[in-house]
Amino acid sequence: MDKIIVVASSLGLIGFIYWFFLGKKENTSEISTDIKITVSGGYSPESVTIPVGQPVKITLTRTDPTDCQEEFVIPDLKIKKTLPLNTPVTVTFTVTSPGRYSFHCGMNMYHGQIIAR
Amino acid sequence: MHCASCAATISKVLRRTPGVSSANVNYATEKAQIKFDSAQITLEKISQIISSLGYSTTSQDKDRQINILFMKFVISAVFAALALWGSLPAISSTAPALLQSLPFQLVLATLVQFWVAWDFYRSTWNSLKHRAANMDTLIVLGTTVAYIYSVAVTFGQISGMPYFDTSMTIIALIILGKWLEARAKGKTSEAIKKLIQLQPKTARVLRDGQEIDLPISEVQVGDHIRLRPGEKVPVDGKVVSGETSIDESMVTGESIPVYKHTGDLVIGGTLNTSGAIILSAAKVGSATMLAQIIKLVEQAQASRAPIQKLADVISSYFVPAVLMIAVATFAGWYITTGYLPAMLNAIAVLIIACPCALGLATPTALVVGTGLAAQKGILIKDAENLEIAYKVSHVVFDKTGTLTEGKPVVTDIVGGAKILQIAASLDANSEHPLASAIVAAGAKTALKALPVTGFKNLAGKGVEGTISKIKYTLGTPSLFSSVPADVAKLEKQGKTVVVLAIGKKILGVIAIADTLRPTATNAISQLTRQKIGTSLITGDNPTTAAAIAKTAGISRFFAQVRPQDKAAAIRQLQSEGHVVAMVGDGINDAPALSAANIGIAMATGTDVAIEAAGITLVNKDLHSIPLALRLSRSTLRTIKTNLFWAFIYNVVLIPAAAFGVLSPILAAGAMAFSSVSVVGNSLLLKRARLS
Repeated sequence: MDKIIVVASSLGLIGFIYWFFLGKKENTSEISTDIKITVSGGYSPESVTIPVGQPVKITLTRTDPTDCQEEFVIPDLKIKKTLPLNTPVTVTFTVTSPGRYSFHCGMNMYHGQIIAR
Repeated sequence: MHCASCAATISKVLRRTPGVSSANVNYATEKAQIKFDSAQITLEKISQIISSLGYSTTSQDKDRQINILFMKFVISAVFAALALWGSLPAISSTAPALLQSLPFQLVLATLVQFWVAWDFYRSTWNSLKHRAANMDTLIVLGTTVAYIYSVAVTFGQISGMPYFDTSMTIIALIILGKWLEARAKGKTSEAIKKLIQLQPKTARVLRDGQEIDLPISEVQVGDHIRLRPGEKVPVDGKVVSGETSIDESMVTGESIPVYKHTGDLVIGGTLNTSGAIILSAAKVGSATMLAQIIKLVEQAQASRAPIQKLADVISSYFVPAVLMIAVATFAGWYITTGYLPAMLNAIAVLIIACPCALGLATPTALVVGTGLAAQKGILIKDAENLEIAYKVSHVVFDKTGTLTEGKPVVTDIVGGAKILQIAASLDANSEHPLASAIVAAGAKTALKALPVTGFKNLAGKGVEGTISKIKYTLGTPSLFSSVPADVAKLEKQGKTVVVLAIGKKILGVIAIADTLRPTATNAISQLTRQKIGTSLITGDNPTTAAAIAKTAGISRFFAQVRPQDKAAAIRQLQSEGHVVAMVGDGINDAPALSAANIGIAMATGTDVAIEAAGITLVNKDLHSIPLALRLSRSTLRTIKTNLFWAFIYNVVLIPAAAFGVLSPILAAGAMAFSSVSVVGNSLLLKRARLS
């Protein structure tokens, strides 16, 4: 009986892990050229929308001491910044074509995206 | 800072800044102690103020974090060792009774679990709020399960042996790994840090007859700057008086100091070794060559390597997948064996998984490789170009200004001085490098230039114009149906020949030669040894082209190629299956550089941001080409090795842990050293044999 309970609970747990981590709905911010992102256990917001062809300013503030979030990278825009703890760091750029530009931490564990429209 | 007054200036300015209550800058230790109200001013703002004075700041946070990690490692290692002594059956009998007591082990384990490993919990909680997970999540889960189980054993809720020693050893090993990784990671970016440090802080500017020391940010284009021996050149500029030798090795990789006199360009960040000069500032701030180099290297290091694509995809699913495998492992072992092996093997799965190694594999090698290249005057645009450079099988050299010095001179005149006078008069209107040679030769004679009317440029072929009502044509022998025998003789010597004629009547012949760069032959033989084919591309006729190619050791040539047709020659090589690198000056050759799989531009002046180039060479040393290709190969090999081991590590060891082959402690040891080995392998690039 206990084996059945363990197997059923394990299956349930696997389903929960899938739903919790991989079944997230995409929430993106309103289109903006001045964006503030808090870096703590991920990016808040983790999806931002920007206009194409206009200079965009993203200000990042890391409040989480985990060193893996110390670097912020937007590979497609060749941007890499070091984020000192509790110190706002500004990134400015202009995107010339619409699309999704992913960003992540230095070890590629925390992810976010910029949607250019 | 270069004197105690710098320290005093910074302190004074900071003390006057609202929000700063005290500021003390120590010149000797180069450290600043600042007390400030974070509600009024941020550390970033303070850093900006110091930067505006011409000094740079670095935070000591990183060093402090590394020291804290080491301290935590020592504490957790000692506690784990005590617990192991008190609990391992083979040696526990020799341990004092206190170490064998479970409540004492509980105290030690609690300290390690909730003080040493507290950052893991905080990081996990922050991640979970975003419905995300990272490596810390796995460590927290693994060690917490072992800890809670052991607590239950201690309080008699479960029968069996506690695993306090296991949870503590895992934490100690993981922290050791993090400490080693943090130290090694700092070393990967040393090259760019050195480049940043090259930027001088002040310049001695001559204004209103006085010399004043100004922060570099206040120097303006056109300012005259005095430079003494032993001082760094503050900005890019032109020598207006004096002569000296300048050591440019730190920016261009060129090892021999370069002689400079009036009219020569000097590069900011380089070192004036001998004479005193005055220079006129030509480029300041972000426009300087050094600033451009730093920007290019930083951009390259932030770029995405196509080879990393799979690792990127995997990293998005990695931690949740490992969590699921751990649950499945628990269930599998529970059904077949029992809860103890089920728990231990599930913990081993959680601990062994190392997404960090995958995440670090490419960027660390990229940072070391591009940094190393920059130190040698080779600027690689991005990771994509690095990958292409790795595959290059054929290098095409443009002749003028690339393989040769680009300063052609007139060597022979057939037909007398009058020929040169007419030719120089016609060419005075042309911008072609060969025309400049004829004009320069004409200027050396006593004969004056004649007025030309109806000038016409025959694209890539020559020029025509009317002098004293006679229409002359000056151009390549191919423009004429028959030419004197001298033409062939001169062409066989590798000289470029132009013919002066009235209609079809040949008046004379002028031969021009451009000296091969001294490094050309050796650089090409290096490429040949690297099994990379070489071609020469030139507007010269086949005879001249063949002679130059032979001298340089190049096996193949494309002759009589007009500038607009160079791209077609590149495409021909590509159609033969070659991955082609085109080497040119980046200005006239832009279409050919773009057509090639990778364009290698030799920067002219102090402009290094060449759009069409995948690789820009800051120096004029042709050895940089085989070196750039070798460096690209070494870097990509390192990336591939890193990715291979990171994949294999996870692919082999996660199943091994799931099937019970690995104990949690062994798993922690392997995990701790997996990231370190990736970073260490990237650092080995610095020792790669490149010569």
